[in-house]
Amino acid sequence: MARLDLTGKTALVTGASRGIGRAIAIALAEAGADVAVNYSGSEAAAAETAQAIEALGRRAIVVRANVGKAAEFDAMVQQTLETFGKLDVLVNNAGITRDNLIMRMKEEEFDDVIETNLKGVFNGIKAVTRPMMKQRSGRIINISSVVGILGNAGQANYVAAKAGVIGLTKSASRELASRGITVNAVAPGYIETDMTGKLPKEVQDGIMAQIPLGRMGKPEDVAAVVVYLASDAAAYMTGQTLHVDGGMYM
Amino acid sequence: MSDVYERVKRIVVERLGVEEAEVTSEANFKDDLGADSLDVVELVMELEDEFDLEISDEDAEKITTVGEVVNYIQSHA
Repeated sequence: MARLDLTGKTALVTGASRGIGRAIAIALAEAGADVAVNYSGSEAAAAETAQAIEALGRRAIVVRANVGKAAEFDAMVQQTLETFGKLDVLVNNAGITRDNLIMRMKEEEFDDVIETNLKGVFNGIKAVTRPMMKQRSGRIINISSVVGILGNAGQANYVAAKAGVIGLTKSASRELASRGITVNAVAPGYIETDMTGKLPKEVQDGIMAQIPLGRMGKPEDVAAVVVYLASDAAAYMTGQTLHVDGGMYM
Repeated sequence: MSDVYERVKRIVVERLGVEEAEVTSEANFKDDLGADSLDVVELVMELEDEFDLEISDEDAEKITTVGEVVNYIQSHA
């Protein structure tokens, strides 16, 4: 379908060394985009993602940055612009977990998750606003989570950040709509990644019972929706949150 | 009037779609020229490119009229 074609577009995906971010980076490349692959810790894994993109005949660069630090995000966007000449799509995907019950959660555990998962998205939006305003076009796609809507015991920090991402998406979309920039969010449910692989078997079984489609999602299920939002097919959508969760939230 | 003023005027006319005659030195971007906050940010970005200088966010917030922009550029370029 031609309207999903991203040939000639460039994208930056944060947290793209593993899991959902990696699947998004590869799916964008499959649709035709050149991709900057951001990572914070796992350089070798990020290089593998970049190789997969190059194997598809697209350009890729690997950029280390802690998205929670504005200066690092700005430098990463600069590097992407210098390499690719422009930036059409930003996917704010990078995220961490520091799960604990509220009564046991340390202040640092709360702050770390908010810094990466919420402030990191703000830093990203701010960093690309200027080049995208000049281009008069741009797509910003923020990865939220089903728990940002439903809540989740043991994840107060993560849930607060992911709910915050939805509000941030709406505000940014209102500020930037008149400049041809759309800002949307995707809220995945339980997706098979290293992050959810850490959950105990009982917890995973409990989750399965809440999924009408009867299976956990795959990173590619989320990536397909991100490609859609990045494409011309989604030109008339902004400020939205798309739920990719097998029907958990409806 | 200075060359700087003429260049600023040209950009303001293009960016805000106003008449040249309206772009007086006293004209306030928001009140007189119908700019919204984002228009002013864009204008500042374009002036930075045109005059090859950086206008800090703090300074940009203080600029409200055409004359102030011209003065700023003349004292910083």
